Amino acid sequence: MIAVLVAMLVHMLFTNPNLEWPTVRKYLFSNIILRGVWMTIKLTILSMAIGIVLGTLAAVMRLSENPVVKGAAWLYVWFFRGTPLLVQIVFWFSIHLLFKTLAFGIPFGPHFAGENTNNLIPLFTSALLALSLNEGAYMSEIVRAGILSVDEGQSEAAHALGMTKTQTMRRIVLPQAMRVIVPPTGNETNSMLKSTSLVSTIGIFELLRSAQAIYNNNYKTIPLLIVAVIWYLAMTSILQVGQFYLERHYGRGSTRTVPLTPVQKAKLLFSSVQNRGSHP
Amino acid sequence: MTNLMVDAQQVHKSFGPVQVLKGIDFQVAPGQVVCLLGPSGSGKSTFLRCINHLEKINAGRLFVDGELVGYRQQGDKLHELSEKDVAKKRTEIGMVFQHFNLFPHMTAIGNIMEAPLLVKNEPKVEVRQRATELLAKVGLGDKASAYPRQLSGGQQQRVAIARALAMRPKLMLFDEPTSALDPELVGDVLAVMKDLASTGMTMIVVTHEIGFAREVADTVVFMDGGVVVEQGPPSEIIANPRHERTKAFLSQVL
Repeated sequence: MIAVLVAMLVHMLFTNPNLEWPTVRKYLFSNIILRGVWMTIKLTILSMAIGIVLGTLAAVMRLSENPVVKGAAWLYVWFFRGTPLLVQIVFWFSIHLLFKTLAFGIPFGPHFAGENTNNLIPLFTSALLALSLNEGAYMSEIVRAGILSVDEGQSEAAHALGMTKTQTMRRIVLPQAMRVIVPPTGNETNSMLKSTSLVSTIGIFELLRSAQAIYNNNYKTIPLLIVAVIWYLAMTSILQVGQFYLERHYGRGSTRTVPLTPVQKAKLLFSSVQNRGSHP
Repeated sequence: MTNLMVDAQQVHKSFGPVQVLKGIDFQVAPGQVVCLLGPSGSGKSTFLRCINHLEKINAGRLFVDGELVGYRQQGDKLHELSEKDVAKKRTEIGMVFQHFNLFPHMTAIGNIMEAPLLVKNEPKVEVRQRATELLAKVGLGDKASAYPRQLSGGQQQRVAIARALAMRPKLMLFDEPTSALDPELVGDVLAVMKDLASTGMTMIVVTHEIGFAREVADTVVFMDGGVVVEQGPPSEIIANPRHERTKAFLSQVL
């Protein structure tokens, strides 16, 4: 049954003329698409980086004993996880409607240097703000789960050796939490790569918007969407490889045997073939 | 202050409504080995954890090497020390845990080197040399690059002892160091502790190993219900206990 469906799909891929493979080939490496890919990569990397930092900060704050610190982190996560990303993107895009200028000054008093909000927060920055603030809220839950997964005896042992809380967190707890943090973070990165397509709505020329710009002109909608799909798949596949090595690195000491890398597997296969050859 | 290594005066500790320590008085002179015996729930582990401020005491005074642990006194009031100062004081006090608590993401030698490098900023070459010597001393010279998961319980506990010693503590606390071990592995750990005692290290050991207490301890302290029931040299406490509770406990474990 499945085989038949797959066969039909493959048949369609090869025979349906509306797919226009030559058009796909023509645009796959075109300048505008490549620029869109680069923008998508840039947004993904930057938003994830900021999101991870924010998330770690919020997670550590959530675990603090200080109720104000704890409450602030809780509020942050509550707000940014509780509203749709698309709404947040449009909100940051429209922030100049709320605050005409941003300025330094005395709260409720006079202010000194000010700047038009529109100049201060250009398009790219509002996209980045929206994506990373939203990501930070999700990452904070992931990091918190990771921290909580580390046995309390670990911090006790570290404290008994004279490490401060910060040293303990950085050297003892977080490295062990990584084993729990990395897999869902890989998931988040994958998800982020695709979520960047949402900022096409505010006019950022990332991959999807670039494809749309072309098919709005030449009406080759399907071929250009296929171009976008190919690039998205290529990028998420590369991410998966990166995740494998990261998980392997942080698995140190937690398992007796680390999984082999493809290179190691190939070497093993090669040497076993050789051995078989030498012992007929 | 006196030249006592540990001086506890009327130490009280509660967890919520439950009073765990009800006025502990307890002195240890430098170089002494003290074994804390008592049934579970008697407060001996909690008391040990108060000595390096892993638990905060609710009343009384606790001095290590003449200094208050975790607090500074101003007039009649005690103020809790900053986290940094507490951490600094802890560098003088080594602790070994029932469940070893080695850092699983570091090798044996990494575990030993971590605190001297991070906390004391000692030169790496020197620390590595000391760590290697310590590993050899606990009989694990060949296990430097093994991860804790690859070691037996007894080997892990010996690495944990070496890790504590790497900070050159004045005082070593042992919290039931052999209770989580298979019987055949207990001997190696006790041997390392016996060696350590013979070098003149001040040690406080919470243990159920009566044999060890009899052989190595200068003083045995029997605790029950959050108080010290009796204390004295092992020949007295273990061979001729005076209190009924001590007798009852010893008859069960011997």
